[in-house]
Amino acid sequence: MADVKKVATRDSYGSALAKLSATRPDLVVLDADLAQATKTIKFKEACPERFIDCGIAESNMMGVAAGLAAAGKKVFASTFAMFAAGRAFEQVRNSIGYPHLPVNIGATHAGISVGEDGATHQCCEDIALMRTIPGMTIINPSDDVEAQAAVEAALDIDGPCYLRFGRLAVPVINDRPDYKFEVGKGVLLRDGKDVTIVATGLMVNEALIAAEDLAKEGVDARVINIHTIKPLDKDIILKAAKETGVLVTAEEHSVIGGLGSAVCDVLCECCPTPVVKVGVQDTFGKSGPAVEVLKLYGLCAENIAKQAKAALALKK
Amino acid sequence: MNDATKRELKTIACKIRMGAVTGVFNAKSGHPGGSLSVTDVLTYLYFKEMNIDPKDPQKSDRDRFVLSKGHTAPALYSTLANRGYFPVDELTTLRKTGARLQGHPDMKGIPGVDMTTGSLGQGVSTACGMALAGKLSDASYRVYTALGDGELEEGQVWEAAMFAGHYKLDNLCAVVDYNGLQIDGKLCEVCSPEPIADKFRAFNWHVVEVENGNDFDQLEAAFNEAKATKGKPTCIVAKTTKGKGVSFMENKASWHGSAPNAEQYEIAMNELKAQLSELEGE
Repeated sequence: MADVKKVATRDSYGSALAKLSATRPDLVVLDADLAQATKTIKFKEACPERFIDCGIAESNMMGVAAGLAAAGKKVFASTFAMFAAGRAFEQVRNSIGYPHLPVNIGATHAGISVGEDGATHQCCEDIALMRTIPGMTIINPSDDVEAQAAVEAALDIDGPCYLRFGRLAVPVINDRPDYKFEVGKGVLLRDGKDVTIVATGLMVNEALIAAEDLAKEGVDARVINIHTIKPLDKDIILKAAKETGVLVTAEEHSVIGGLGSAVCDVLCECCPTPVVKVGVQDTFGKSGPAVEVLKLYGLCAENIAKQAKAALALKK
Repeated sequence: MNDATKRELKTIACKIRMGAVTGVFNAKSGHPGGSLSVTDVLTYLYFKEMNIDPKDPQKSDRDRFVLSKGHTAPALYSTLANRGYFPVDELTTLRKTGARLQGHPDMKGIPGVDMTTGSLGQGVSTACGMALAGKLSDASYRVYTALGDGELEEGQVWEAAMFAGHYKLDNLCAVVDYNGLQIDGKLCEVCSPEPIADKFRAFNWHVVEVENGNDFDQLEAAFNEAKATKGKPTCIVAKTTKGKGVSFMENKASWHGSAPNAEQYEIAMNELKAQLSELEGE
């Protein structure tokens, strides 16, 4: 695994914006004094006149983004997930969500893999918060390829879009010629008949590793990548539920309100099926190197495989 | 301003007040006090100052207005209706189920509303975004926003003030409807944001203090000064009378957010009608 290419999706975000700066003269990028960390610095270097630093004032930044969008600009507003979805929640709801303005929120440093900064900055609630806003699209890409494709695709979404990026460099898993990104479309990465692992973000790679490990033990696991959490690809979830009879969800987010909840929302109404949720279990994070913290909270292939085996017992 | 223009604006303002009070009465809820204090500012903007076209509410080079003090939607709706964006009769549907006149301004459903507002402090930030868009596009339009004086207690207002000052948004003009009252009482007793003018100056704004923000001559001078000011956004701190035009509502915090009953409505309308006849008879 040592030679696997790794890229943090925040880097992908910055690269994609920089690329788009040349072809999209209507694109404006906002940041709140975190350009070095969110990587919007790459856009700033490519196009300083359309990069606007709002300073450490996220609430105002979301309003500025709304005003720019209302006046016809394509906007990305960037800060850490904690401040984008947390601090500025009400601005996102009322100034962007309610008028359904096409503002893209580039939220980096999402989840627990922020690592050393600890619980104040480890946002594991953002998907839950954003899911409650009517008309909000939520995209949580799994790697560099998907993140860059998502940024471009977001420009054509009617209405607001929350894009979730990570700080930690993660393996590139979608680098194949036939890769195609479609908003709202789940991706079947591995077929299987015993159990389905539905994963998002950096947990997609962990799910693939878990499936390989499970195969060695004779368990045939399906792996689905859900990059768009809202609107959720119900068809792929329902098909998996019918064909495998049990699901494990895997996300770097609280088990309350995130991917696991979204999957359960669909299943309980359309096809009641047991689900085991791998995620942050209603607790705050802790400081430490990202990989160690991920393991500590069970956000790893080993735990996914363990939970998948336990899930088999729940099958009807 | 010549007498004829002034009389015309006063007449329009009186009709706007009648529409706002009628809306709140029919809705049995809403915010008459601040609607009546800001009416003259809205009248001046929509009937004298702004480059707009009610027949083409979305035209791209139009001046924009954001009612940051969104709870005074009855005055904005009445202004828009009287300006021709939609029928004046529709004002009686304010806040009713199925009506497009929502309790607070909704840009998606109401012709002429440039921004959805209602949560205090947010409108001024969106106005900054519109002004910035104008700067980035080399567009000539101007952006106006009206803030409540109580609204200045919201921290976001000062984030926006810092932003507009820093980016020298001289195409932005904010008006503070300084009526001195908020829901819980006098501004100076609740949690005072004063001195208001000094604060905006400290945030690198040009400030115009208007002694009587219900007087069209003074408003005209202030808006002209704002337009002539380059390199800085302008804040017009306009002292107004809460409840202006309806005697029993004037300077009463209790009329911030309550509707008149039938008897009070009749008195209010009779007062406004008398003002209108006097103006039309002049």
